[in-house]
Amino acid sequence: MLAAIRRFFEARDVLEVETPLLCPATGTDPQLDFFSSQFNFPPSRPILFLQTSPEFAMKRLLAAGSGSIYQICKAFRNGEAGRYHNPEFTILEWYQVGYDLRQLMAEVAELLSQLLQPFHASLPTKQISHQQLFLDATGLDPLIFCVSDYQAYASANALPEAFDLCGDDHALWLDFIFSHCVQRMMDKNTIYLLHSYPAIQSSLARLHVDDPRISERFEVFINGVELGNGFYELADPQEQEARFDKEIAYRLSHDLPVVSKDEAFLQALKFGLPDCSGVAIGLDRLLMIALGSESISDVLAFPVRV
Amino acid sequence: MATFSTNEFKGGLKIMLDNDPCSIIENEFVKPGKGQAFNRVRIRNLKTGRVIERTFKSGDTVEGADVVDKEMQYLYSDGEFWHFMVPDTFEQYQADKNAVSDAIKWLKEQDICTMTLWNDSPLSVTPPNFVELTITETDPGLKGDTSGGGGKPATLESGAVVRVPLFVQIGEVIKVDTRTGEYVSRVKE
Repeated sequence: MLAAIRRFFEARDVLEVETPLLCPATGTDPQLDFFSSQFNFPPSRPILFLQTSPEFAMKRLLAAGSGSIYQICKAFRNGEAGRYHNPEFTILEWYQVGYDLRQLMAEVAELLSQLLQPFHASLPTKQISHQQLFLDATGLDPLIFCVSDYQAYASANALPEAFDLCGDDHALWLDFIFSHCVQRMMDKNTIYLLHSYPAIQSSLARLHVDDPRISERFEVFINGVELGNGFYELADPQEQEARFDKEIAYRLSHDLPVVSKDEAFLQALKFGLPDCSGVAIGLDRLLMIALGSESISDVLAFPVRV
Repeated sequence: MATFSTNEFKGGLKIMLDNDPCSIIENEFVKPGKGQAFNRVRIRNLKTGRVIERTFKSGDTVEGADVVDKEMQYLYSDGEFWHFMVPDTFEQYQADKNAVSDAIKWLKEQDICTMTLWNDSPLSVTPPNFVELTITETDPGLKGDTSGGGGKPATLESGAVVRVPLFVQIGEVIKVDTRTGEYVSRVKE
């Protein structure tokens, strides 16, 4: 699979790069827990982080004029272990300079079809907006937050615990209903490219020019398994810094470990990130799909056992 | 009682949920890449035996339930309660109809079984997987019957009724699987 990926990008003139796994700064996303470690180097003995994704480093390369790049590397997420999670996993991440989201989605579909070709007869691709899929599956509009409708849906689907769990947090309700209901209702053996995520779940994506309720973000699913996440990349340093500040404030108010903003990354954005789209694919999960495995531990040589 | 976080949830852990003691069957970690992590947990309510699914936010904690299993000997029934004893300490417990439920039909006096205690009071009784009991009532078998084909109901000394092959007679001891309620074999005295 790795060889096939390298051939794919070589044919497209995308440069393979390597960036550090051990980093002086990390992302502020409150939903991502990181591993940190102390560098035993007096007098400062700095804290270094294992990357949760190579995104910031790769964007620094893009800002420095690298052109389109890809990387296959390890990423680390603390506190994550389960059927689809291992705290250390393999990411394929790439950025196409000048691509908009649609072009990148098409490329993702092409790559996945090629990689899965030896294992599955060619899989159909379904491009659908997050809102449409959500509506089709549940009858709820993810862009309009009406607590009573969401609650009624949860009751009707034997998920009454959602009331207390999600309260009046719109994003949390969306995560809950999506992961408990929508994901399970996707057609089998189909590559889903789910685009136009709600703005409240925009992460590092740009907001849509014409409709600020949605963002230029997509996710890839096969058989209900989330394989990857892509953005039309946010390049505005002020907007990026504001999102960092918001996430740091959230961390502070929720007793989560405090991290500082990645200044080198913000510098790079100020210098100028070219218009580009980027995506990260979880290769271990892709291998699970290819082999029909039930658990990520089946495709790892030595999974972390807890 | 201790509290447990969702990370500690694993099969067999006893927790309190909606004021009832429950046992965890399965715990699945569910996390969107850019969203909140949940634990989707299958839980058996130890009072009712019902299995439900419930979701927790990862990292949430719940109170543990003081639930223990003890080997006990079934002593006798007084009509309202069933009395059990821990063989090595002679400690006695009385269980009501809810606690003994169907299990009691597999037990005769002096038999050993597993009692589940919640806050030291009987919650449920589990008979051994296999019991050996004498048949007290069944239709007489006809000559020439073999083990193949058919069967007939037989009442056992403990009160349970099971289907047995036609050749098995009153007074014989048979081995029964209590999980399925099926006849296994005759037991030679």
